Amino acid sequence: MISIFPSLLSGAVITLQLLISSMFFGLIIGLIFAILRINKNPIINKFAYGYSYFFRGTPLLVQLYLIYYGLANIEFLRNSFFWVIIKEPYWCAIIAFSLNTGAYTSEILRSAFQTIKKGYIEAAQSLGVTKKITFYRIQLPIAIKQSLPAYGNEIILMLKGTSLASVITIMDLMGEARKVNVLTFKPFEAFITAGIIYLFITFIIHNIIKYLEKKYGFQT
Amino acid sequence: MELLSFGDTGWGDELFFATLMTISVSIAAMAIGFIFALIFTPLKLSKNKTLNVIGNCYTTIIRGVPELLVIYLLFFGGTGAAMYVASIFGYDGYIEINAFITGALAIGIISGAYSTEVFRGAILSIDKGQFEASKVLGIKKYIQFFKIILPQMLRLSIPNLSNVWQITLKDTSLISVTGLVEIMRQSYIAAGSTRDPLFFYSVAAVLYLILTFLSMKLINKLEIKYSKGY
Repeated sequence: MISIFPSLLSGAVITLQLLISSMFFGLIIGLIFAILRINKNPIINKFAYGYSYFFRGTPLLVQLYLIYYGLANIEFLRNSFFWVIIKEPYWCAIIAFSLNTGAYTSEILRSAFQTIKKGYIEAAQSLGVTKKITFYRIQLPIAIKQSLPAYGNEIILMLKGTSLASVITIMDLMGEARKVNVLTFKPFEAFITAGIIYLFITFIIHNIIKYLEKKYGFQT
Repeated sequence: MELLSFGDTGWGDELFFATLMTISVSIAAMAIGFIFALIFTPLKLSKNKTLNVIGNCYTTIIRGVPELLVIYLLFFGGTGAAMYVASIFGYDGYIEINAFITGALAIGIISGAYSTEVFRGAILSIDKGQFEASKVLGIKKYIQFFKIILPQMLRLSIPNLSNVWQITLKDTSLISVTGLVEIMRQSYIAAGSTRDPLFFYSVAAVLYLILTFLSMKLINKLEIKYSKGY
């Protein structure tokens, strides 16, 4: 069991890399789409809704396959600059994960934006604060604080999601566990050790979010 | 479009049967999940420390490790475990467990963990007075559970169970890695033999969207039906 530990740990590093970069891009995408969702223009609104409906309604595996196998099928993309990115499974995984978590994040942020008390915005208006400052200084901080618990769950869901990267040949924690299983024919040791590492990462994320909630949490 | 025609030339009928397979795996997994949930919910609510820890371990571990890991563990480990058990009884041949059973069991264990949390929340939200009232009236424990708690628990948990159903439905796509021919596996085969992955994975995405859309409609109807009078 100890001999397989180093290879699994190297896989865990890849898993964490995938997680951090997709959470980073996902947060940006989620924020943009949350703002589009609360826009009053019906076309922009519907577009943002369609995006989140598609990515929340289909399995992550379908999205991953669509991007990894599907995009490579388009002649135009293959001849363009984007080919450098989409020919690498690593980048395909990050694109798929970011779009997926972006959809969930946009929903979390949207509901946070909508539950902000009207009184805050009215108070800002009556004090003559401009719309832009109201958004950046009042709405955004409150929304981020309110969505912390739900966002913590989303990070853990995404950590579990990154295990799918192993099916498109990336050697993340799950990929390494599969390799160990194939080489040694010891499925229990390989997968249970990997499971313990996953649980450990989940535990750390859970505690970080708990700490942040305590420190910055929003009490109404 | 001729790629989707029914018959020998198209993939329409194959995809149709694959969709039925996805639906049946999801329903089987959901049912297995209910059994797990009905076992572990009382453990999580029990006052006994040991039982409590067992219940918490189940939900924490299953919700903390990737779904794929549970599937691989059952798929690769299940055969070995079954052969080991069989060898005790004197059977040394190779045993292969059906991919459907492994898949439904794996997804069932996962959805059971989510259902447990849903049921626990529903029972906790039932007014304490009802437990006390039934105690005062001298109603036996199991009658209290089946006639008073269970009906209310099921009604309260419909909205959250709809989320669990969506998760379960999407998780069944992962069983494709074990070779069970459901939507994902069938599109993989079709994409491989026609060299048109973009088209077939888009079809798969649309099929999943249709399934989630229809089940949402159905569950909404159930919700309205069972919340009459509240």
